[in-house]
Amino acid sequence: MLAEFLQFLFSGLTVGATYALAALGFTIVYNASNAINFAQGEFLMLGGMLAVFLLEIGLPAWIALPAAILLVAAVGVAVERLAIRPARDAEVVTLVIITLGVSLVLRGGVQLWRGTATHALPAFSGDAPIMVAGAALAPQSLWVIGVAAAAVALMWWFFERTRWGKAMLASASNRLAARLVGIRIEVVLMLSFALSAALGALGGIIVAPITLTSFDVGVMLGLKGFVAAVLGGLGSGLGAVAGGLLLGVLEAMAAGYVSSSYKDAVPFVVILFLLMFLPRGMFGAQAPERV
Amino acid sequence: MVAAYALLEVRDLSKRFAGVCAVDGVSFAIGGGGVHAVIGPNGAGKTTLFNLITGFESPTAGEVRVDGRSVTGLPPHRLAALGVGRTFQTPQICADLTALENVMLGAHLRLRRNPLAAMLRPGDIARRDRALRDKAAEWLAFVGIAGSGDAPGRAMAYGDLKRLEIARALAAEPRLLCLDEPAAGLNQREAQDLDQLIRRIADSGITVMLVEHDMRLVMSLSQHVLVLNYGRKIAEGAPDEVDRDAEVLSAYLGTHV
Amino acid sequence: MRLRSRRGGLAITGVVLAILPLLLPNAFWYDLPTRAAINAVVVIGLNLLIGYAGQISLGHAGFIGIGAYASAVLTGRLGWPPLAAMVAGALATALLALLVARPILRLRGHSLAMATLGLGIILSMIFTNESQWTGGPDGIVVQPFSVFGREVTGERQWYWLAAALLLVTLWAAGNLVDSPFGRAMRALHSAEPAARAVGVDPAGVKASIFVLSAVGASLMGSFTAHYVGFVTPQVASFLTSIELLTMVVVGGMASLAGSVVGAIVLTVLPQLLSRFEGAETAAFGLILVVTMIAMPRGLVPTLRERLGW
Repeated sequence: MLAEFLQFLFSGLTVGATYALAALGFTIVYNASNAINFAQGEFLMLGGMLAVFLLEIGLPAWIALPAAILLVAAVGVAVERLAIRPARDAEVVTLVIITLGVSLVLRGGVQLWRGTATHALPAFSGDAPIMVAGAALAPQSLWVIGVAAAAVALMWWFFERTRWGKAMLASASNRLAARLVGIRIEVVLMLSFALSAALGALGGIIVAPITLTSFDVGVMLGLKGFVAAVLGGLGSGLGAVAGGLLLGVLEAMAAGYVSSSYKDAVPFVVILFLLMFLPRGMFGAQAPERV
Repeated sequence: MVAAYALLEVRDLSKRFAGVCAVDGVSFAIGGGGVHAVIGPNGAGKTTLFNLITGFESPTAGEVRVDGRSVTGLPPHRLAALGVGRTFQTPQICADLTALENVMLGAHLRLRRNPLAAMLRPGDIARRDRALRDKAAEWLAFVGIAGSGDAPGRAMAYGDLKRLEIARALAAEPRLLCLDEPAAGLNQREAQDLDQLIRRIADSGITVMLVEHDMRLVMSLSQHVLVLNYGRKIAEGAPDEVDRDAEVLSAYLGTHV
Repeated sequence: MRLRSRRGGLAITGVVLAILPLLLPNAFWYDLPTRAAINAVVVIGLNLLIGYAGQISLGHAGFIGIGAYASAVLTGRLGWPPLAAMVAGALATALLALLVARPILRLRGHSLAMATLGLGIILSMIFTNESQWTGGPDGIVVQPFSVFGREVTGERQWYWLAAALLLVTLWAAGNLVDSPFGRAMRALHSAEPAARAVGVDPAGVKASIFVLSAVGASLMGSFTAHYVGFVTPQVASFLTSIELLTMVVVGGMASLAGSVVGAIVLTVLPQLLSRFEGAETAAFGLILVVTMIAMPRGLVPTLRERLGW
């Protein structure tokens, strides 16, 4: 009984950590630009796929993985420059559609490049499961949770303790005032996309050994990350992380105890109920738009 | 003959927003035609009062009654059905509709609104629409912008938009018309035209309630003035009574008189 | 939209639809126009919701799925007549749409997008998972379409049916836009306080248009199922919802002509690209991005403005 529960908990926290990173990425971009970047999931996909490719061409892991993250960050900047900035003052619908378009371009591009095959990244420290109270914990899970936690801590330090981070928070809450004190919004936007892309890529890489990667993993990962961000209250970083973990655990519990074929539906059922009855999420950062 | 109930009665109406009392225990009654003005310094709660009366906000205390029946907390579309109409400080004109269509919108409650009927029996709807178009053109003429019927909302000048606002509100054939700062942004000549227009509206039997900063307009037009300050009613009466009231003067001038 | 220009538009469309077969070398070529016409009907419904009423729906394909599977399952496994199955699908869709309309349409912007997205994905997962009924990911064969005993067979008959449906839909949609309900709907988009002040009940109007466009999608789902002869969960997928959205947005929001143009362009284009895996997706994406940046109002409205029609 306990073993089974722990099993589900571990796998839930593992995938939840990935959702948390994706959700954090959404939140950073949303705070900087008021846009929901529907292409966020593709950053996760790109991270995994690029890492696989760089390893295939012979680069050692300690170069390939960071390089993949940097490359995806560059893609993030490109997306911001080419697709978001030209449409900065557009309506919500327009921005939603643009980012949807970007996600299609990224996904289609990777499909053209590498086809539809799935790829595997080797686990960072082997596959031998660690037994905890009767439940088997894959070492990669520890990597996922650990690296994600480190990334979140790094983000916290960045936003709370560094000048650039605080500048980004400032421009999120009042763009005009931020401009007036000399904060360059263009740089803030670029940085936010770069950061969220990097976070996404990291998430995609650390989970790839467990879930495998292919050209279309971004859709579900992105959507679920978005759900997690809304769950935690859109705009709240803490909420994003909490939302991601909670979502992962809920999903794993539903898969284990209820029905594994509908596990992917859990985030959407949750979000649907939440939006219909509690539009402010858990941490209430996003006020429902006024009538 | 005196009506049994006032057209509009407001009792101890209050609205709090997180610690700020925008409207604080206001009571008054109006009815039977005429022009009634609500004045006060900026932030006195005038627009909030309007929003409470027309259903755009719900009071935290107190009641609003129309014809003696409580309408407290009812949404705007229900109040429209009871004959309460309003215009907005910033003209709310649908940019994609023509001026004529914007006015026709005002007649919404008197028309067949069922979408299925609209899709499948155009003859009936078209016939009513034609009649409505003529009426709408009359309203446009009444407010002084005849002939601009086919202009799309987005192509009109500000002064014309404000008149269009009024035309639309009139098309709903209200019994009580609340005008929210109709003179804002108008020059002197336009304000004089507005004065004439409001008189015509009042003469046609509609009770007009007016929030305004333009004192000349208020004093010349209204029979009854309410003064608000910090959400409270500090004076009420005929224009010249209120004009000399010490508290009103100090509210506007900020000195103790 | 004045009556004269609407009648003109209908007439032109009718003429084009009537002449087109004369230009097509053989029956094989009827497929694309038929699909484009069916898509156009769905897009018109979706455009009413998105373009005119100013809402968002990222899950519309789910409603198509309900209609498609209702027709497939009821005619195939239970032997129902196709019309009855289609009506059943439409009723089920209407019921679902009515149920979720008010809670969902209270939301705005991203929340509304997310809610409709969630709904669509849940539906598509149901179709994928309930394989006893739906045949799962592999899909299910659909009986031919017949009305009162007469079967609709062959590309030509389907083309005329689709063309007729498109004309009727254009006519009805044009009537709707130019009616009191239509004006209320459009006013809600850009001047909601004014609409409320004259008696429009926003929740009611939004719910009505949501249900209408959902039922339209369901009916077209049924037709498509019979036309293709086969249904897979793809008809209800997120990607399909995005394709429909693209058609609305690229063709022109709040434009009936735009809906038709968008449907045509984005039904024909994938066919040209289908040889290159991934090119289709990437091309769709590129079209979306470029259109939204360069012509945010879509092809037809932008052309109208530039050419002064």
